Amino acid sequence: MVQASEALLSPETVLAELKKNAVSHVVWLPDSETNWLYLLIKAEPSLTLVTVSREGLAFSTAAGLYFGGKTPVILIQNTGLMESGDSLRGWGLGLNMPVVLMVGYRGWTRHGVTTDTAAVYVERFLNAFGINYYLVENNNDAQRISLAFEEARKTRRPVTVLVGDEYHGFHSH
Amino acid sequence: MNIMAFIAIESDRKIMMQVADILKVFKEYRGDAIVVPGKGARYWVDMTTRPELDVPLAPNPAMGGRASFAFGLALAQPHRKVVLFDSEGDMMMALGILPTIAEHAPKNFYHFLLDNECYATTGGQPVPNAKKIAYDVIARGAGYARTFSYDNLESFQINLERILSGPGPVFVALKIVPEIQNEPAGRRKRFSTRSREQVRQDLWKALGIAG
Repeated sequence: MVQASEALLSPETVLAELKKNAVSHVVWLPDSETNWLYLLIKAEPSLTLVTVSREGLAFSTAAGLYFGGKTPVILIQNTGLMESGDSLRGWGLGLNMPVVLMVGYRGWTRHGVTTDTAAVYVERFLNAFGINYYLVENNNDAQRISLAFEEARKTRRPVTVLVGDEYHGFHSH
Repeated sequence: MNIMAFIAIESDRKIMMQVADILKVFKEYRGDAIVVPGKGARYWVDMTTRPELDVPLAPNPAMGGRASFAFGLALAQPHRKVVLFDSEGDMMMALGILPTIAEHAPKNFYHFLLDNECYATTGGQPVPNAKKIAYDVIARGAGYARTFSYDNLESFQINLERILSGPGPVFVALKIVPEIQNEPAGRRKRFSTRSREQVRQDLWKALGIAG
């Protein structure tokens, strides 16, 4: 199982991507897909963690950070992304905010029928808003996080990284 | 009218302030603070002498996000005061940001709430429990260390310097006279003539942020 373990998306890899892209603040609401990052981010002196209580607030908070010259990243679950539609529209797209949304892809699976509606609708939701997205499942995909940052900067729009872990990797940390 | 009915009406009466008067008082103490005036504080754009440090976002990007936006600004610019003129309808949509603000406790954040007890831009319908809600108590309960509430200009004027000279986060609830708008949204004049993009560019230039 060594090969399988190496294939997982490690929190250290994600943290390195955030640092490489000069992220200053992580605006987040805890979710089961990205919980593994929490302790690392808390311990990282170059990052400030801002916990919100509703995902829509992450967009307006990030917009304020951006207007103040900082580089936030938003870390939420797909359920919360869908709850945040108007905030994404107004604060994200409306203010031309070049922000990366790291979205826990609850319900993601490559096998069989997708039964979780959080997974069924999230890509349709992103398409409706014209938000581009990259799927990241393991360390081999991690460079896609930097691609998302680069695209956000270039287009001055939110770009999404869907973190699809199929519920097997992150809970071991 | 019997005496009990009279007493009930009197106890329900609130002295209220005019927004323009509040802003005139504040103008004296503004200094080099970043000011986030919501639509409720729209007179500010004609009063200000430092428009490059003002962040009037018109149209409002999305209701319910003004406090968190200003909080983000305060986190990003910790050495400069950030003064927010919020509205109760906007804040009620997102009360959950108050504990987040209190947790980070930005010393440079000054949160003024303009409470006209109604949704003025949609015709003046009352906000939930408009007459009885105590926003300063909510902010205090969320963890703001310093909270105040005023319903008359004289008290506000006397205390404003002390409020602004102390550390944030501060929350100040202000009862204001509603200015109801009934005109269809499409026919209204924007309270700020600068685009939101221009506002950001002006702010970055003033703060020395490389674009």
